Formats: sequence, C-alpha cells, structure tokens
Amino acid sequence: MNRLERVEGQAISLPDADVDTDVIYPARFLLITEKKGLGRYAFADRRDEPGFPIGVGNDRPILIAGPNFGCGSSREQAPWAIGDLGIRVIVAESFGEIFYSNCFRNGMLPIRLERDRVESLRRIAEANGTILVDLKAKAVIAGDLAPIAFEVADDRRQALLNGWNDTTRILALHAADIARFEAAQKRAAPWLWT
Amino acid sequence: MSRSLYDKLWDAHVVVDGGDGKALLYIDRHLLHEVSTPQSFEALREDGLEVRRPVTQLAVADHSVPTHDRSLAIDDPQAAAQIALLERNCAEFGIAYLPLQGNDQGIVHVIGPEQGFTLPGITLVCGDSHTSTHGAFGALAFGIGASECGTVMATQTLWQTRARTMRVTFTGALQPGVSAKDMALAFIAAVGSSGGTGHAVEFAGEAIEALSMEGRMTLCNMAIEAGSRTGLVAPDEKTFAYLEGRPRAPSGETWEAAVAHWRTLASDADAVFDREIAIAAGEIAPQVTFGTSPDQAVSIDGALPGDGALKRPMQYMGLAAGAAIAGLPIDHAFIGSCTNGRLEDLRAAASVIRGGHVADGVRALVVPGSMQVKRQAEAEGLDRVFKAAGFEWREPGCSLCVAMNSDRLPAGARCASTSNRNFEGRQGVGSRTHLMSPAMVAAAAIAGRIVDVREALV
Repeated sequence: MNRLERVEGQAISLPDADVDTDVIYPARFLLITEKKGLGRYAFADRRDEPGFPIGVGNDRPILIAGPNFGCGSSREQAPWAIGDLGIRVIVAESFGEIFYSNCFRNGMLPIRLERDRVESLRRIAEANGTILVDLKAKAVIAGDLAPIAFEVADDRRQALLNGWNDTTRILALHAADIARFEAAQKRAAPWLWT
Repeated sequence: MSRSLYDKLWDAHVVVDGGDGKALLYIDRHLLHEVSTPQSFEALREDGLEVRRPVTQLAVADHSVPTHDRSLAIDDPQAAAQIALLERNCAEFGIAYLPLQGNDQGIVHVIGPEQGFTLPGITLVCGDSHTSTHGAFGALAFGIGASECGTVMATQTLWQTRARTMRVTFTGALQPGVSAKDMALAFIAAVGSSGGTGHAVEFAGEAIEALSMEGRMTLCNMAIEAGSRTGLVAPDEKTFAYLEGRPRAPSGETWEAAVAHWRTLASDADAVFDREIAIAAGEIAPQVTFGTSPDQAVSIDGALPGDGALKRPMQYMGLAAGAAIAGLPIDHAFIGSCTNGRLEDLRAAASVIRGGHVADGVRALVVPGSMQVKRQAEAEGLDRVFKAAGFEWREPGCSLCVAMNSDRLPAGARCASTSNRNFEGRQGVGSRTHLMSPAMVAAAAIAGRIVDVREALV
C-alpha cells in the first residue's frame, strides 16, 4: 500500500451533502473487474456540469467535501477512482462508514472535522491556497489558521505511515491468536463447525 | 454487567483486544458476489494466500445478472465475463457457488437466510452495504469493501472499532396497509441519513416482535440508509422456526444446542444504550421518498418541502415546492430487491391488485429476490396475478435496484420502487426514484400515480 505521511497542495471544494458512492462511481462501471485506472469514471454523471470541480487532469491532492461524504454502497471503486485522480486526503464533517474504512486500505486519509473547521479549509481551498496535512503530527496547517488537530485511530495511522498490508500483517502477528480462538469456538459453538 | 445484543455478539468474537475500542474480530461467515470480489481474489493471488476456511464462504451472482430468460446467453459481454470470473475464482479457491441456472440462485441477502447460512449469534460480512439485512436474525452483520473481503478470506478476521449502540423502540401496532418498509423510511427520516453513523442499531418493541422475519430483514436492510452498518433484532421463536430445517442450518443435537445458546442473545433487560429513540408504530402512515437521499421521505398524505429547501434534489426529481406527493404520475414500477423481494412482499403487492391492471403508459416489473421466492410465488399463483395485471414477471437478481444489468430507466423516468436507494442515477442516468412499500408500488402501478394504498384497500 502507498505510504502517506505529509500531503501538501491545493484543495478541491465539493460542498454538497450526502455525496453517495453511486455519484462518485456510477454502478454501470462496476462491471469493470480491474482496480486501476478508474479515475476516468469518477463522478461520470456530474463532471460535465458547469464548474464541477473534480475530473481527469486534477492536480489537487486534497478534497474538502460536504457532510456524509461517501455514504451508500460499499463499492471500493469509489476510493479507487478518487485516488486515481491523485486525491490522497479527504476532509469532511462526516463520512459513510464503509467508505471511510476503504480509504485507509488504499493509502488515502479521510479526516473528520467539525463543520466550522471544514468551512475554514473550504475558504482556503476556494481561494487556491495551499493546505498541508501532517499525519505524524495529526494536524492540518493552512493559511493563517491555527494548526487544526484531527483524530485518527492509531492502528490506521500506523498502517498509512508504514504502508502496511492489513492481511499479511494480521497473519504475521496473530496466526496463533486466531488458531486459539477457533479451538475455543469449536468447543463453545460446535454448530458453526459442522 | 448487563449487556446488549450487540455487546454479546462483539464480546464473543474478539480474537485480540487492541484497546481503545479496537478488536481483531473473528468473522464466522462471508457471502460473496460477482461485483465486489474480483479484486479481492486478485489480492490473494498477489500475496500468495489461500482462503483459510472455504466452508464459511458462499458465493452467488446477483448484481449484474440478466432478469430475462435464463436459458439465453448473457447479452452483455462485460457482465458475462464478470459472472464467469466469480465462478472461476470460487472453483480455484474452493468456495461453494450457487449457479445462475440453479434452483438456489438469488440476491445474496435473500439466499443467505434461505440457505440457513445466516444464523443468530454469528458475525457475517459481505462486500455489500446491505449486509445489515442479516442482523434480522441476531447476527452481527455488516458490509465491507473489496480489500476487506480479501482479508476475511485469508485470515477469517477484521480489525474493527466497537460501535456505539442505539435502540429504536417501535411501540404499539402498525395500521393496516403499513409495513416494515414504512417503519424503515420513518426511522431514517427521523434520524437522518447519517444519524446512525458509528452506531449499531437494535430494533425492538411490540411492533418488531410482531414482524415476520421478512419484515425484520426489510427493516435491518435499510439501517445503512441511516448511516449504520449494522441493524439488529433479537432472535426469538420466529427466528428459530424460520431457520429450522434449512440446508446449511444446524440439525439434530447441534440444533438444540444452538437454539439454547441463541435464547441467551437478547439484550439484557437493564442493558444501557448510548442512544434511545421511540417511535409510535400506530402513527406511521405509508411513506414515500421525494428526494435523492433515503431520509427525504414524507407520509403519503404529506406535502413536499417549501420554497428553497433541498433545491438540488427537488430539481433533480422535477418536483414543485410545497406540492402534495399523492397524485404524482409515474412511468415505471419496480417490485423486488434485497429490501422487498421476498415472498411476503410479493404477496402484499399482489393483494393490492384485485383484478386491476397496470395503468396505460406505466411499465411494471416484478423481480423475485431468489429462485426459491420465485418458485414459491408461482406455486401460490402470484405470477398469474401479476402477469394478468400487466406486470412483467422476471428472473431473480438485483435488477432495477442497482441498474447494472439491462434493467435501466431512461433519463427523467419516474419510478415507484420497493428498492432501498433513491440516489441520483441509481435506476439509470437521470432516472427519478420514489421509494415505498410493495403494496404502495403495486397501488401506484395500477393507478398510474402515487396513491395511498390504505384507500386502495378499503
């Protein structure tokens, strides 16, 4: 997985609430069984709207989104497509939970902030200012704003900082724990093992 | 210490306590479909990994399958390739696959319970957000992404954060003509599209106890539309009666042991929830969504938002501010999906038809949730009721709930739909979806406009 430590650059602003993963990646493109090169399908049904801010050729690594961004379907094509456009960090008041998890699995950092802080960053994005996201310090630094601290679960932070693969890491660290759990469950709930 | 159903499910599956609400959670069951797993299998190959317990996995194609004649070849080459890939991946990794031409194919969230693959007390995941459906059985079930599907296959675990708990108590009894779908839409409208985020929602109360398993599945299915990955109902005698004798359910002595355990799962009487909501079931009228988020719903006798409110959704849906929702003409009607594609749903829809006929200019589709649902409905003669009334009677699949196969609506088309999402473009680019119950969709199909099914039933 791609590591993420510091991301610096201009940001896109998409203030709409409840941008669902169907809007991010319309279902008809789910017939594609690849995970690379999906950026060209991102927001396919909205990107032709005048002034729509996200599309192929994007050079801004940060997205300042609206509340409940990425709600709806679990399709991981949504973060794959956004990531393929070079976006590494998404800031919003809230996220769809599955989308939020999926971002971490793909070297992307979703940041939850209170509304007024999201809006301060949005103003900087709209003025083409530069934003710095520092995952080590768990802070966003932009313009003349005081540094904005953000919360992120420590295991997820470490995974991003180190570029860990969740699957192989679980097997490397917890194979014995899993085997022990299975032996105990076999005794306690034998109907799950027939 | 007293515990909720969610607490009990969580505690029983902790492999490693990571502190701070984090745990490596054991995953008992994994359902697979063709859309969210190609990249998961690819990740296994890249990492040189095998499926740890193939016996805990079950696969079926549903999202991209055609719903016309199954004896014909799949006309969309991309869909054909995707379905063939699932079949090949399952063969390579030793996972059971329910074939498209077989008697057990259907929507993944319909066939899990039908097969007795879904059980109380288990953890169950699937690369699909409507996995919350299985919580109707008292299972901790939630949707995951494709990367996580790969992790589950290889390790039988996932790192998870313990959710906060919310109990939604439906007091009293539903009015005639009002169903689990209306309860779901009323709940979502009450808490909002992200009101359940970070919470595991347990549905409780007299109206929940009175619901059939089908109704409980409908309600848990839509927990995700309030932002919650997990909906739950405590298992009871109805749950056990539904499961007994199903092909993958325990049998004989292990059945008795399992039921004895399942009886201990319900939330303790003094369990404490982070959030409690009460909804009077008797006050719920049939619900209809008007916007492009499932929380944008009104009662059938209600009015649309006034000037300036929800501008983009109102414009997308082609609706006038402050107008009545009743009387709005429709072009399409869709009965099906993992929300409302079960036998009880088809019965409810058929009971409204009463010799009527689909209105001129309306195209109406019935897509059973599974082959078993289809067969049972046909045994009861429901197919003849639908066909005589001018509905198309199709083969099982997700169909117009996700519009990945050839069932797609044209731009601007207005559809009364039993599905779960009214997102922009969900039923086809530019299409307009109004979510409602199966009885309401059937009534709308006959009337040619959105009507109050309670009047149709008089």
